[in-house]
Amino acid sequence: MYHKKRLPDKKGHFGDFGGRFVPETLIYALDELEKEYLGAKKDKGFRRELSCYLEEYAGRPTPLYQASRLSKYLGIRKVYLKREDLLHTGAHKVNNTLGQVILARRMGKKRVIAETGAGQHGVATATVAALFGMQCDIYMGEEDIRRQELNVLRMKLLGARVIAVKSGTKTLKDAMTEALRDWVTNVRSTYYIIGTVAGPHPYPAMVRDFQSVIGIETKRQVLRKEKRLPDYLVACVGGGSNAMGLFHPFFKDERVKMIGVEAAGLGLSSGKHSASLVAGSAGVLHGCKSDVLEDRSGQINNAHSIAAGLDYPGVGPEHAYYKEIGRAFYTAVCDKEAMEAFRLLSRIEGIIPALESAHAIAYLMKPGRKINKKSIVVVCLSGRGDKDLHESYC
Amino acid sequence: MNRIVKKFAELKKKKKKAFIAFITAGYPSLAVTGKLVLEFEKKGVDLIELGVPFSDPLADGPVIQEASLYSLKKKTTLAKIIALVKDLRRVTDLPICLMSYYNPVFCMGEKQFVERASAAGVDGVIIPDLPFEEAEGFANYAGRKGLVNIYFLSPTSSPERIRTISRRARGFIYYVSLTGVTGGRKNLSSDLKNNLSRIKSATSVPVCAGFGISSASQLRQVQRMCDGGIVGSAIVSKIRENISRRDLVKRTGDFVERFNV
Repeated sequence: MYHKKRLPDKKGHFGDFGGRFVPETLIYALDELEKEYLGAKKDKGFRRELSCYLEEYAGRPTPLYQASRLSKYLGIRKVYLKREDLLHTGAHKVNNTLGQVILARRMGKKRVIAETGAGQHGVATATVAALFGMQCDIYMGEEDIRRQELNVLRMKLLGARVIAVKSGTKTLKDAMTEALRDWVTNVRSTYYIIGTVAGPHPYPAMVRDFQSVIGIETKRQVLRKEKRLPDYLVACVGGGSNAMGLFHPFFKDERVKMIGVEAAGLGLSSGKHSASLVAGSAGVLHGCKSDVLEDRSGQINNAHSIAAGLDYPGVGPEHAYYKEIGRAFYTAVCDKEAMEAFRLLSRIEGIIPALESAHAIAYLMKPGRKINKKSIVVVCLSGRGDKDLHESYC
Repeated sequence: MNRIVKKFAELKKKKKKAFIAFITAGYPSLAVTGKLVLEFEKKGVDLIELGVPFSDPLADGPVIQEASLYSLKKKTTLAKIIALVKDLRRVTDLPICLMSYYNPVFCMGEKQFVERASAAGVDGVIIPDLPFEEAEGFANYAGRKGLVNIYFLSPTSSPERIRTISRRARGFIYYVSLTGVTGGRKNLSSDLKNNLSRIKSATSVPVCAGFGISSASQLRQVQRMCDGGIVGSAIVSKIRENISRRDLVKRTGDFVERFNV
C-alpha cells in the first residue's frame, strides 16, 4: 500500500507539492470554491446532474477500443485506446468543464474565464458556458491563436470572447498568468475554470476527480474484456489532466504500471522542450509547488512543444508526487516522434489523434520502450487531431 | 531593533504617516537603482521596496510587468539585488524591503535567502504569492534572523483571517487597497476607509495600503486612513518616461518629492 491517507491533505499538499501560492485576494475565493466542491461531492443531486450531462450531452462512456493493427505493428500483445477523442468537443477536457460549470452555477457566478493552449479547454469551456448561459472570456496566447485557428473560430461561434495574450512567450503559460490577473480583479463575480490538474488547491484535486471518470470507466471496461487489470497505462502529460484522470483510479493497484509521456520538443538537450518532470526541478508556478522548467535563479523558462496543449513549463503537483514516490514513470518523446505517431495511427487505425495524444502513442514506438511485449496496455487517446492538420502540414 | 519597526515607532512619535516607494530593482540597471534609493531618501521616502523581477508576475499590472522583463533581460537576479543592498548599507540606514515572488526565494532556498538577506542589511520581505498558510515556517525563521515577513490583507480577507494575520504580523501589514493587479487607478476604492478601520481596530501593528495609488492627493487620503501609503507603478512609469535621460535619477527624485509635500 502506498498510503492510507487521502491526498491532498487539508492544505492541498501532495507530499512536498501542491498548496496555495496565490495573492491574499484569491484566498477567500479558493476557500469558497473548496467548500462548495466538498459539499457538491457529497450531494447526490450534483452527482446525478453531472453524470446526466456526461452521458447525454458529452457522450460518455467513451469506448475502450482494442487497436489490433496498432498492437501488431508495435509487437505488443494488446493495445487498447481509451477513446476520449470521441467525446463532445473532441477531447477529455469537457469532463472537467461540465463539473466546474455546474459548481459555478451553484455559487451564483455569472461569468466564467479560462486559459487555453491548444484551444481544447477553451472550446470545452465556451461550450459549457453556452449550455448554461454564462458570459465567457478565454485567454489564449497569440502564438497559440495562430497555431490553433480552428479552435479560435469554434470558441467565437460558441459565443465566447477570445482574448489574445501578448506577454511573454504568448503561449499557455502567459495565458494562465493573464487569467489569474483577471480573476484577482473580478474575483467576486467570476469563476475561473482551470483546465488541468495544476493551480492552487483545490484545483488539482478537483480537476483530478472530474477527470477520474476516464480511469473508472477504463477499469470497468478492461475487467469486462480481459477479466484482469492492464499491465500498463500510458498517457501524455502537459499539465497532466488526462493522465491523472486515467492513473488515479488505479493508484492502489500496484501491479498496474503508469507511464506519463511529456513533450521533448526539439530534444531534451536542446533546451526547447516541455518536460517539467523529466528535465525540470521543484518550483512554484501559477499557485502550486511542483516541477517546473526554470533557470538557476528561479525564473520560469520558456517551454516548447509542437503540441500546443503540452507547451507548458509546469505540471500538476500530484504528478510530481507520483514521480517522487515512484508510483509512475515519466519519460518524454520529441516533436518528430510525435508526428510519426500522428501519421501512423491515422494510417493503420483510421484514427487521427491530437498531437498531444500522439506523444503517448509515440512512446510505444520507441525502440527502448519499457514495456513488455506480452502485456496489455491502455493508452489514453485524450483528443482528436482535426485541430492539428494545419500545423502538421506546415 | 529592526529598521522597519524603528521607523514606524519614530513616525508615530512625530505623528507622521509613512511614505513607501516601490521600484523594480535593475530597472534600468542596478547601479541606477542604488542611486534612486539614495535620492528617494533625500526626498523624504520612509521605506523602500525593491521589486525582484520575475518572469510571471501575476499580481502586477502592465507597468511593473514591463519593468520586470526589462530588468530580467539585464540579467538581474535576487543574489545581485541582495549584494546591492549590502553596498547601500554602507551609506544609508533607510529601511529596505525586498518584494519578490516566491519562486526566486524558493530556488535560492528559504534559509539561504534569509541568511544572505539579513546579513546584507535587508529589513523585510514581501512575497505576494506566499499567503500565511504557506509562510509560517519561513516567517518564523526570518523573524529569528531579524528579517520581518510582511503579511498582506485584502478587501476579500475574512474577519477571521484579519484576526489571525493581525496576530502574526510584524513590521507592518500590507493592505491591498483593491481587488486587482498593481497600477494606478483614477479613484481609490470606495470601501477603503471602512476596510482599513476594520483592520486598524484588530491590530496594533502599523497598516499601510498599496495598489492603485498614483497621485499625491490619493496618497494623502490613504495616509489619513491608516499608517502609510505605498506608491509603485506611478514611480516606475516615471522611470520609464525618463529612461534614456542622463538626469533620470534627479527627475524621478523630483517626482517622488511631490508626493511628500
